[in-house]
Amino acid sequence: MTIEQKPRRHFHDELDTLQKRLMQMAGIVERSLGVATDAVDSRDPTVAATIMSDDDRVDELEVEIDERVMELLALHQPMATDLRQIIASNKVANDLERIGDHAVNIAKAARRLADTNPLPKLRELTEMTEITREMVSDALAAYVSRNAGTARMVCVTDDKVDNLRRSLFRILVTHMLEDPKRIGAALELLLVSQNLERIADLSTNIAEDVVFLVEGRTIKHGMDGHQVLDSDEDDALD
Amino acid sequence: MPTIYDIDTGGKAPALEARDLSVFYGSKVAVKEISLTIPANRVVALIGPSGCGKSTLLRCLNRMNDLVSGARVEGEVAFRGKNLYDTDVDPVEVRRRIGMVFQKPNPFPKSIYENTAFGPRINGFRGDLDSLVEQSLRQAALWDEVHDRLSDSAYALSGGQQQRLCIARTLAVKPEIVLMDEPASALDPIATQRIEELIYELKKEYTIIIVTHNMQQAARISDYTAFLYMGELIEYGPTESIFTNPREERTEAYVTGRFG
Repeated sequence: MTIEQKPRRHFHDELDTLQKRLMQMAGIVERSLGVATDAVDSRDPTVAATIMSDDDRVDELEVEIDERVMELLALHQPMATDLRQIIASNKVANDLERIGDHAVNIAKAARRLADTNPLPKLRELTEMTEITREMVSDALAAYVSRNAGTARMVCVTDDKVDNLRRSLFRILVTHMLEDPKRIGAALELLLVSQNLERIADLSTNIAEDVVFLVEGRTIKHGMDGHQVLDSDEDDALD
Repeated sequence: MPTIYDIDTGGKAPALEARDLSVFYGSKVAVKEISLTIPANRVVALIGPSGCGKSTLLRCLNRMNDLVSGARVEGEVAFRGKNLYDTDVDPVEVRRRIGMVFQKPNPFPKSIYENTAFGPRINGFRGDLDSLVEQSLRQAALWDEVHDRLSDSAYALSGGQQQRLCIARTLAVKPEIVLMDEPASALDPIATQRIEELIYELKKEYTIIIVTHNMQQAARISDYTAFLYMGELIEYGPTESIFTNPREERTEAYVTGRFG
């Protein structure tokens, strides 16, 4: 049986625009995160200003997406995949906006870090940065390709980031105890790791939204029967 | 094969069960081997594009198709342990116990009172007719608007009121199931909302099966939704599943407005 498909042009044009805005937002946020974390590595104080002005654009896009979502829901009463896509876009936009804020925090930490005595390179921080950046790009790639499998991998990876953060906490505290001159840098790196861990959580949220979008199923908070470790609970820093 | 979800009948026997029901108009098949369980005290919506067979299916459920010349029905409709199409079943009695409300309000050219009392009268009702009329008008959420002018012509009422009068007329013969064929499509949004609220109230006592072109309406008022396409049942399940996460591609395409 064939079905003649007549798309609702106006509605789907609007939906396409919503997706374009979201992808614009994702592009800026991903770039900011890359630049900010590189700046931590190279102790570069100059990038913070750019990242902050990029974040203003991210905020504007979030507001625009909110408005478009409201309009689409009110005027078109979308159903099924369309409905899930709109709801997911709204949530992803929200998560991206917060990732953007954390990128700003990281860039500011990099700026202050330039005035401190450097610490030796921390393998854990490098690893945590890499994994977190990958999680963000994998979650976004999963969103674009509607790939629930990739999205589920992102959720699993979050545990690694949580573990690295705990290791970093111990390592940085040890540095501070050993040499008070290292306190300034260690505190900034502690902040960076905290922000990275949050970004990883937010990528997990995006990945969960992808599963919802593709399968119509909620997997967050262990709703699909999997035990989910809440990384925030046993943490001394929160 | 259609996708049919588990239908929770709330521990009660189903109000109605269609089994392998087919309807032919001459040589043309309008409904193809549809099996459908209608749970009691629930609202079931039949949706699908024009010509998908939903109104034909609805009319089969109280033998209204007997009145359509050239229409032939195969299969069964089980109601209280009996097949409605058995030869010893009286179609008039079927239509009393399974009432129907149509798209256009069709009151008789009589008073509001007489419209409501019509069914009970011809069925030889021997109780307190006044109180039955009041009760029926109250159930149809019309009493407050008409109680002081029951002898006025039904034609003096607005379209929305006329439709509620037709619902009162249907309820007055104490049916168990009410079939509704686009009951709000000729009404303005306010009158539509009243009918929808009424349907929500009525399901406490009745089982309602409604055909609607308005998908949002089906989503708002029904507990279960059946999607039909070209005479076939494609998917039948809880309304929220059909509208948020349908399993069949054709349902998805229809509810998202990609065809139909």
